[in-house]
Formats: sequence, structure tokens, C-alpha cells
Amino acid sequence: MRLADTLGFAWQVVRGYRARTLLILLAMGIGVAAVVAVSSIGEGARLYVVNQFGSLGTHLVIVLPGRSETAGAMPGVLIGKTPRDLTIEDALALKRSPAIRRLAPLIVGAGDVRVGARNRETPVLGSTSELMDIRHMAMAQGQFLPPGDPRHSQPVCVVGAKVATELFAGRSALGEWLRVGDRRFRVVGILATQGESLGFNTDEIVIVPLAAAQALFNTEALFRILVEAKSREQIAIAQSDIEEILRERHEGKREVTVITQDAVLATFDRILRALTLAVGGLAAISLAVAGILIMNVMLISVTQRRHEIGLLKALGATGANIRLMFFTEAVLLALGGALLGLAVGKLGQLFIGQLFPSIPFTAPWWAVIAAPLTAIGTAVLFSVAPARRAARLDPVRALSKR
Amino acid sequence: MIRLSGIERVFRVGEEEVHALRGIELEIARGEYLSLMGPSGSGKSTLLNVIGLLDRPNAGRYELDGRDVTGLDDDELSRARREKMGFVFQFFHLVARLTAAQNIELPMVLAGIEPGERKQRLARLLSAYGLEARAHHRPDQLSGGQCQRVAIARAMSMGPSVILADEPTGNLDRHTGQEVMAVLERVHHGGGSVVLVTHDPEIGARAQRRLRMVDGAIVGDERG
Repeated sequence: MRLADTLGFAWQVVRGYRARTLLILLAMGIGVAAVVAVSSIGEGARLYVVNQFGSLGTHLVIVLPGRSETAGAMPGVLIGKTPRDLTIEDALALKRSPAIRRLAPLIVGAGDVRVGARNRETPVLGSTSELMDIRHMAMAQGQFLPPGDPRHSQPVCVVGAKVATELFAGRSALGEWLRVGDRRFRVVGILATQGESLGFNTDEIVIVPLAAAQALFNTEALFRILVEAKSREQIAIAQSDIEEILRERHEGKREVTVITQDAVLATFDRILRALTLAVGGLAAISLAVAGILIMNVMLISVTQRRHEIGLLKALGATGANIRLMFFTEAVLLALGGALLGLAVGKLGQLFIGQLFPSIPFTAPWWAVIAAPLTAIGTAVLFSVAPARRAARLDPVRALSKR
Repeated sequence: MIRLSGIERVFRVGEEEVHALRGIELEIARGEYLSLMGPSGSGKSTLLNVIGLLDRPNAGRYELDGRDVTGLDDDELSRARREKMGFVFQFFHLVARLTAAQNIELPMVLAGIEPGERKQRLARLLSAYGLEARAHHRPDQLSGGQCQRVAIARAMSMGPSVILADEPTGNLDRHTGQEVMAVLERVHHGGGSVVLVTHDPEIGARAQRRLRMVDGAIVGDERG
């Protein structure tokens, strides 16, 4: 039998048994659509997290005082012993490295912030003008801290959106004075609302110049140095430069911990990718269920069509002819179901995308290829038994039973 | 053309053994028109199935066109049926979703004959059996007589050595039955061999050679 004729024959069967065809298309379609939709949700979540990390700052390297043997995932919870403090001089020395674009030393403390009779306990950050670019902060009003020598400071500050509304109660905060501890600062800028990002809610902080924070908290020691490498490729160079420079300055002792955003990001990336694969695999179970349905429907079909099969054998069809007919039929159905499923999955993905516009839902390429292949694979696999049964039918008995 | 010797066919029905065919000795020459008659259960259909290579005898020897076909496997039997046998059944056995033309074409499709060649043979068969106007109708749109004509055209499509007809008029009224017999007899007049199973004495009497079967054995062989 010629291949074109086998295809034509199978096509006639698929068209001839409408209800059965629709049922199988539906089962296969749901299976494939589930794999595509679920894996695109997983992939969307992964991209979302990756982007969130990106918004923290690109090519970020964080320098912590103290040498820590155990490394945690979150920069905020790493605590190491501090044999010697990190100082402003250490930070300024890092500028020697050609791999570093900019850096911002950071001091963090809690301060009693007061405007007239209102007061509020908030986190107070001491840093430099470069913090804004490194952390990708945006201003709602006014300016960030003015640039200049970090060892000297002006009495100015930048406040978070919530701090501004709570303390100034409807009045414009810009240009007004507030008091932190026993020092006075003029508000030169208000941060745009950004919400939480890794430990700090930027809506609820007050940022003052580094030297002012040192005086306020009566310390020389830096909490962190945030460093931005010139490019992704330069992150490793920046890291080794930082370790080198600080070892020199600390008499040959390695007393800092340097972590890169990349390392943290890579961990998240791996976890979420594994998660996507896992849920995609779960959805693929529905494909196996669809395969079993195909087997059942095919077995019923062999029983229903035993006259026809007997006739075909009487007319000279070999066992191989009959088996091939059934396989072709199964592949046609699976192919149709897979196309339907891809279309439905894509629609579902667009629909979910409308509900959660901030998450970039996209089906990963492996799911788009693997789902239809799995569908066709299961269809062929599960039609082996029915096809063999059909090929073995005895033509005399198949024709005689009415 | 066909030589059967010592053919036995035994069916097991539960514990019992049923001898459907006992010691059949039969020769059929090319171009013969032969009817097989007998009460139901006499083994005439089983004999037809054995001749048609649909069923295998338990013992004996079957020579078809000078070749021993007793020991062929399933696929070899399929190919032999395709080349040598044309079947006509009581219940027509047309594929319901295919048109008359597609049904007639089916054996040629299974044999893998080129579409061009198929089209030519199909056109000849449609005109020979007066089915041109009905070529694109499905079986449920055809009368019983037309269905059986389609079946005969299908049986003839591969140019078989013999046409085997099992009660071809059994499902038709008298008049249509006569028409179908006329069509079958035209095949015979054209030089074809026809083996006909029937329990209708009037139909059976039309054949030049008439075999009678009782209890799986041939008990009468009349000619002329």
C-alpha cells in the first residue's frame, strides 16, 4: 500500500467518526495546552524574579566587613565577625580598580526622626550620591544627595514617600527641615514609591550623607560597600580587585566578604528552572492520560470496525498494512490534538498575561517542542496494542459475526 | 486451476470437535461455473473460505494455479488473495464511509497500484457494471442490487483467477437477485471462473456444475 493512500485512508476514518475524533482531539489538546500553559507560567515566574534582581542594580558586587565562611543567599542576613572595620578610606581606595564603575559606602542605623511634635523611628541610611544609580532609585520630587567628598557633609537628606506624608501630614516636605537625633537636615528630595526590595522598604527610610551618619551613630565603620562593575564580564575582575586592594590595606589579612549579585541570581535561576521543569512534567502526565484514552478509543474502534478490518484482510491487506493504518490514524489525531493544544495553550498564556501584566509569561522553547512530540509519541505507543489486535483478526470470524 | 485433496477442517466448539470438512477431493478447471449447495451447517461456506484462502485446512493439500498454497503464512495468504481471489458476500461488505468508486478501488489501493493505472481500471469497471452515474454515491445511497454490483466490480478489480460468491442473492429480492446472477454469469461468459454458494435450488441450478454437500462431505457432483 502506498504511503499517500494510507494517509488518505486514515484521513477518511478520522473524518468519518466525528465524535470519536473530537473526543481524542480534546484530550490531546488539553494535555498539550496544560504543558504549554503551566511551563510558561513557570518560565514567567523565573523571568520575573530575574528582572526583580536586575532592578536592585546591575552588575552589583557587595562588600561586607568580616570574613564569613558560611555564605547565605540574602545579602542582608550575612553576619561575619569584624576583626577590623571597613572605612571610608577603604571604599575610596577601591576606585583604583578599572573594573569598577561606581561605588557607594553604606551605614545603616535606626534613628528617631522628628518634625515639630511628630516623631517616628525609621531606618536611617548614610551614603553618597552614587547610591541612587547603583540601586536604581527614582525621585518623586527634588534631587538625591549632592555629589562631593564623602568625608564632608552638608545637612541635607532624602526621605521615602511614606516618611514624607506621615511626618509632614499633607504639607510639602521639600525644602523643610527635620531632625534626626540631635542633628538637623533639610529635605532636598523625596523618593518615588518602589516598595520592598530585598530587605529595605525604600518608602520608609531617610537617607543622609555618609559623614553625617558617621557622626550620628558615632562610628567610623561601614555597614556595606555597594560596588557596580562596568559590565557583567567585569564582575569577577572587580571581585578579585576588591579582595586584593583590601588585603593590601589590611596588612595582608583577608577581612572582608565579597558577594556578587550574579551568584545569588544564578541560584534563583536554577531553582525556578527546576520548578518549571517539574510542573511541566506534572502537566505531561495529562498527556499520558490522553494516550490511554486514545488506546481505549482505538480498542473500541477495532471492535466496531471488525467487519471492515476482516474485509480489508479478505481483499488482500497484510498485517503490516493494517497496523500502519492504525498508527497513521493515531498520529493524525495526535498531530491535530497537538496543534489545537498549542493554540489553546498560547491563548491561555495571553489570557493569564492580561491578568498579571507585570509577569512576562512565555512558553519555553523546550515545552513547545516536547509537548507535541510527547503527544505523538504516546499516541503511537498506545496504539501498538490496538493495531496488533486489528492485524491479528481472523478474516472469516471478523466477517461472519453480524 | 484449483486442486484440493484430502482436505479436513475441524472446529473446536467447547469440548466437542466439529468436522466441518471431511476428506474433500475437488478439482476446479479454469472458466468453470460451479455451485455449492447443501443444508446449513453442511460445510459449504467453510469450503468456500478454504478455496478463498481465508481459512486454513487442518489436513490435506491445496494447489492453486500449480502452486502448493497449503503452508503459506498470513501475509503470503493476503497477497495470494489479493492477486487470485475475488469475493462477493451476502451482506455486500462495502465500507460505509467510502463512495462506490472508492470501494471498487480498495483492492488496488491495498495492492499499491499506481493512481494513474487505478483510474483507468476504475473507469473500465464502472462502465462494465453500469455504475458510472453512481460512482460518487455512498453505499447507503445505493440500492441492494447496486451495492452487489459494486461488490462484484470490486472483486473483479485485480483480475482474479476465480470469483467466490457466498449467497450473493441472499439479501436481495427475487428480481434483483436475478439481475445480480446475470452480472455474475457475464463474468463467467467472459472466461472467468465462478464458485457460488447458495441454498436456493433455482439459483444453484443455473450453474453448469453443481456440487451437493452434506455433513462436510461432497455427496453429489452433477454437470451439464
